[in-house]
Amino acid sequence: MKKLIVLAAAVLFSHALWAQEAPDVLVKQVTDEVLEIVSKDKDIQNGNTKKALELVDAKVIPHFNFKHMTALAVGKDWRKATPQQQEQLTGEFKTLLVRTYSNALTAYKNQKVVYKPFKINAGETDALVRTEIVQPGAKPVQLDYSLEKLDNGWKVYDVSVGGISLVTNYRDQFGQEVRNSGIDGLIKMISTKNKSLEAGSAK
Amino acid sequence: MNSKDSTGKQRRWKVLALGLAMAVSGLAVAQEEVSDPLEGFNRAMFAVNEGVDFMVMKPVARAYDAVTPLPVKAGVGDFFGNIADIRNTLNNTLQGKFSEAANDFGRLLINSTIGIFGLFDVASELGLEKHDEDFGQTLAVWGWDESTFLFWPVVGPKTVRDTGGLVVDIYTDPTWYTFNKDVATRNSLVALRYIDVRASLLPTDKVVEEAAFDKYTFVRDAYLQRRRSQIYDGRPPRLDDVLN
Repeated sequence: MKKLIVLAAAVLFSHALWAQEAPDVLVKQVTDEVLEIVSKDKDIQNGNTKKALELVDAKVIPHFNFKHMTALAVGKDWRKATPQQQEQLTGEFKTLLVRTYSNALTAYKNQKVVYKPFKINAGETDALVRTEIVQPGAKPVQLDYSLEKLDNGWKVYDVSVGGISLVTNYRDQFGQEVRNSGIDGLIKMISTKNKSLEAGSAK
Repeated sequence: MNSKDSTGKQRRWKVLALGLAMAVSGLAVAQEEVSDPLEGFNRAMFAVNEGVDFMVMKPVARAYDAVTPLPVKAGVGDFFGNIADIRNTLNNTLQGKFSEAANDFGRLLINSTIGIFGLFDVASELGLEKHDEDFGQTLAVWGWDESTFLFWPVVGPKTVRDTGGLVVDIYTDPTWYTFNKDVATRNSLVALRYIDVRASLLPTDKVVEEAAFDKYTFVRDAYLQRRRSQIYDGRPPRLDDVLN
């Protein structure tokens, strides 16, 4: 029993530490952990999207601020949305991002991640962590994470691949839909896409 | 210069003029909110390119990817990467980035000799980082920072500025002009480079297909974002944030 309490205390303590982790350390820990699992999991490597989704759900999602991401993707129309619409948008956009990100994991073939030098001033609440994906026979791909400091630790609010933000790249597509059929139209568009992607992967 | 060359040039200008005329007619359908005045022309060219890619480029790239062993693929990528360091050296100099220019020139010397004509990227192993610059970026650094988006068949997404930049890049690229006496070799090299680049993009196809709502807009915005990032050497200023 005593051992159990010590163990529980250790787990709690490590979680508290986790939240205080510097942004570059956080990105490195999560990346290394996820890639370690993927490199050992033949199912994910063979394109098992469901398993990749579960992994992302457990390891990656807790470190993301999806509300901020969705606001960035929607742009100025975000303020026009009611709190309820914002919540729906966040839910649908999260599903979409997680699915496309998880699919990228199934394409993983022993690439190496190089962490660029990181510096941050004391008291700073916004950070850019820069990494590079290196693979033989191909140009290295720049993969950057923007993080912000919240009460419960550093959270990622933007990811960019080769200088292309996975988030803001949706602005024009979303803006078009809002102009044509309003915020509800946008919610419907993303949810329809999510359903068709889900149906496609169930095959 | 012989007469054959100059008629070729005339034909090229005619194609360009035709393109511009189609572009202007696209003005009417373009949407105000997005700064893409040539959207009509661009979407038509995008559709052509999608067809060509599906029928020709992608199958060829797939075959190349499947039959080429990894060391050969790496050699091909490094070989063209080495040639690109000529362009990088030149454009870093033109942008006043002299230490990067010296670094890329050093890369070129090392890889062309110890790296056996660029087949091995020894310089990267030694820690000499590459600084990709082209004349389109140079023009942007010189002040032409905003430019109209243009989608070309085969060449793909560009802006007016980057189209001009590409022409200059071709004239400073030995793949295109030192082999002019041997047209077959030159064309093979240009084609091989194209296939190599296309093959390297194969894994992203599925992601784009799944992530995009309107593939044209997705590709256009991705290209413009990527160029913006390259112009600012990987650290572009952030877009406005609605939550702040």
